Amino acid sequence: MNIKFNGESRQVRDYITIAELLEELTLDPRRVAVEVNLELAPRDRHGETTLNEGDQLEVVTLVGGG
Amino acid sequence: MATDAPTGSREAAGTEDTFWLGKHVFRNRLIVGTGKYETFDQMREALDVSGTECITVAVRRERLYDGDGKNILDFIDLERYTLLPNTAGCYNAKDAVRTARLGREILRGLENPGADWVKLEVLGDSKTLLPDPMATLEATEQLVAEGFQVLCYTNDDPVTALRLKRAGATAVMPAGSPIGSGQGVLNPNNIRICLEYLKGDDPDYPVIIDAGVGTASDITFAMELGVDAILLNTGIAHARDPVKMARAMNAACEAGRLAYQAGRIPKRLYATASSPEDGVISSRPW
Repeated sequence: MNIKFNGESRQVRDYITIAELLEELTLDPRRVAVEVNLELAPRDRHGETTLNEGDQLEVVTLVGGG
Repeated sequence: MATDAPTGSREAAGTEDTFWLGKHVFRNRLIVGTGKYETFDQMREALDVSGTECITVAVRRERLYDGDGKNILDFIDLERYTLLPNTAGCYNAKDAVRTARLGREILRGLENPGADWVKLEVLGDSKTLLPDPMATLEATEQLVAEGFQVLCYTNDDPVTALRLKRAGATAVMPAGSPIGSGQGVLNPNNIRICLEYLKGDDPDYPVIIDAGVGTASDITFAMELGVDAILLNTGIAHARDPVKMARAMNAACEAGRLAYQAGRIPKRLYATASSPEDGVISSRPW
């Protein structure tokens, strides 16, 4: 199925969870926060939150800033 | 948490001048940004010598195909620094609130004490990076309702400052001048009025100059006005020698704070002699 990942289209397998997606992308779950369709997806539920066709994901991390 | 140098010298001055910012207490009064350094190593060294105990970070999309794959968190001692996530780059209240929630989520994962607060920045104009006061107020109300300690970047308008405080802001942080402009404190009288209005019946309410610092004397001047702390980034990161400038900023902040506490003499139009008037062997011309 197709999702939007940080503004870009991305193919992922059906029913993938957020935790599985982060693992596939080798992202350290401690260092990112995830939003699905503008709502925060709490870290402790990443393992059970499955994604749906057309979901808009924002996966953010910390960078330098003032 | 502080480095040895500033702590030691404060003790030598006979005071432990701590500073409460919401639920956090600091000895050093600089909040230093982590952006715009040439390298992460340079950033780490500048933060070290700045004496800061609190550093700002921004929240941005994860870039999956980043060149060297380095993460700023590999260069930050999370035991030493309280992180202050910002909402920089947001131009409406809704996005600022989303960004604040995301920042809190990351900091909770890192188990950093900064997870309970945010530097709220809601911009109104990309050329001046001046804040949108209405959207800042709206976001403040929302974030306070969600349990955040909100540190509000705002302009130097005393009325806006007072409204933000009344909306529950933990601290009000007027800009000395536009972000990254290096113009120092352009309107000290407005800052004086902000201080009077915000601290009049609440002397410990934190007021922080956020933005505009160009060099060390800008910090000293601002601290002498009686603000509690200074937040800066570009003034250090884009100095010719950022590490040396970080040292200068640290010293300037302490000098300004001590001068404020010591109480400056009033300015007078005419001179007052430092040496005795009596016993002078010379005669006066008139």
